[in-house]
Amino acid sequence: MVGLIIVGVVIVLLVLFIIGIYNSLIGLRNQVDNAWSQIDVQLKRRHDLIPNLIETTKGYMQHERGTFEAITNARSQAMGAKTVAESAKAEGVLGEALSKFMLVVENYPDLKANQNFLALHEELTSTENKISFARQNYNDQVLFFNNKIQMFPSNVVAGMFSFSKRDFFQVEGAEERQVPKVSF
Amino acid sequence: MWELIRANKRNSIILMVLMAAVLLLLGYIIGTAFAGPKAGFTGVIIATAIWFLLSLVSFAGGDQILLSASNAVEVNHDDQPQLFNIVEEMKVAAGLPKMPRVYIIPDPAPNAFATGRSPQTASVAVTAGLLGRLNRDELQGVIAHEMSHILHRDILFVTLAGIMLGSIVLISQVFLRSMFYGGGRRRYSSGKNAQAAVLMLIIALLAAILAPIMAQLLYFALSRKREYLADAGAARLTRYPEGLANALEKIAKDPSPQLAAANKVTAPMFIVNPFKKGLQLSDLTSTHPPISERIRILRNMAGGVSFKDYSDAYRNVTHKKTVVPAAALTKEDIALRQASAEAKQEQLGKQMRQTGDIMRMVNGFVFLTCVCGLKLKVPPNYKGDKVACPRCHNTIALPIKQK
Repeated sequence: MVGLIIVGVVIVLLVLFIIGIYNSLIGLRNQVDNAWSQIDVQLKRRHDLIPNLIETTKGYMQHERGTFEAITNARSQAMGAKTVAESAKAEGVLGEALSKFMLVVENYPDLKANQNFLALHEELTSTENKISFARQNYNDQVLFFNNKIQMFPSNVVAGMFSFSKRDFFQVEGAEERQVPKVSF
Repeated sequence: MWELIRANKRNSIILMVLMAAVLLLLGYIIGTAFAGPKAGFTGVIIATAIWFLLSLVSFAGGDQILLSASNAVEVNHDDQPQLFNIVEEMKVAAGLPKMPRVYIIPDPAPNAFATGRSPQTASVAVTAGLLGRLNRDELQGVIAHEMSHILHRDILFVTLAGIMLGSIVLISQVFLRSMFYGGGRRRYSSGKNAQAAVLMLIIALLAAILAPIMAQLLYFALSRKREYLADAGAARLTRYPEGLANALEKIAKDPSPQLAAANKVTAPMFIVNPFKKGLQLSDLTSTHPPISERIRILRNMAGGVSFKDYSDAYRNVTHKKTVVPAAALTKEDIALRQASAEAKQEQLGKQMRQTGDIMRMVNGFVFLTCVCGLKLKVPPNYKGDKVACPRCHNTIALPIKQK
């Protein structure tokens, strides 16, 4: 009788333990998904800002047709991307086009003094930051989730309910990841 | 990061239990000393009641009291796009569920604080002086430090520990004063009882003097530790420790008078100690670590921005045991980033003028630009709907005021 009670208690505790881990894994997976959708939110904001940017700067930069075209094309590519890999590539191109655009702006002092442009510039800078911070947060969440799935004891529960590892967001091109060396 | 949050929660609970034990013991000892052994539990009940009352007050509106005491004004994206954007960037980086509310304190002393017991109800406040002096990267560092306080649940901890500390101080003060003025009640006039009562009285006196001091030192030590951890968190969130280091350097060098709205209770919430030197006796009685040390640690973080890198830099600089809980010391491979473009070209004169403008904006001034290029700052109590430009004598219509 006593033995039966002990076995019963152990089984109940074990079930509670598994439920606890299972719930925390679900919570973590939702956090990863949420972090991923945050990246999309910021990318959407980037797409929305571009027509505004072109409208504001068009009058000042008449001789930079090529730069404008590069941005517009990259934007429509990015918006039309179907798969994650496609989107990552197109967004990379768009980001590069935007930073080139900002370099060109340096040649137009009138534009740099324009209040509307300054406000837009701040929005654009912030959006670029938010995109990279959203990716950073996504990678943090994925790291934690993957660790949980691989570490004991949660790996047992993860195996039972077939939780699978998530992929990190990799920045396109190795040169973007590396901090350039400065030599004097 | 989540390991750190969990370790913080555990430490907070341990501290709470410890301080509660001190509080109850103090109540018991004082009760016994006052009115004999039977009154010990009455003392415990009174101590609990005081603690409960203080908790109730601070939980009912602790953060709002702090914000309104410092005359903070809430701003939105249209008022201060850059500040608001930076807070949002850090919210995204920290993965907070909700955007914290953003406040500006009209004070020229550069400082900032965060309040709110949970990430859902958090607020961030910066002074106009801070906003005017720091560039984008530096402001980001400061906001990241505040965001780390929110993320690490430090505000809840500081509030709870502060309440406990307040109760201990209050009970000890009441007891010591009543001893001083009333001389105690001498109910036992002879024999063993008198001896026991005198002994109890001495124990109670000692406890009433020592308990608040010990509780305070413990509180200060933990508050300093949380500041280091928030710095580490800021470096990790921004991937750029130099930003916070530069901001701290600018704040330390700043000559403006100390923040008007700060007091002893709210001091641990700020990014740097709002009290200027002269008030603090030594490191032991300070809520914040020395700024120079914080800067050196941040600048010693070579090659990475994880908690492990911060912990290594901390040991290099201070030669003390690390402040980072062991659970958070996993090696993460995260690289630093570079300074943003506009941070490199800085115009200090312009920024100093901005401080005044930000304070005026917060106080309801209207800004107009005349056709001749002059910027007019119209005070909120200006009557009439037109104003003449002092340079070109052109009349400009004031925009219709909201409200």
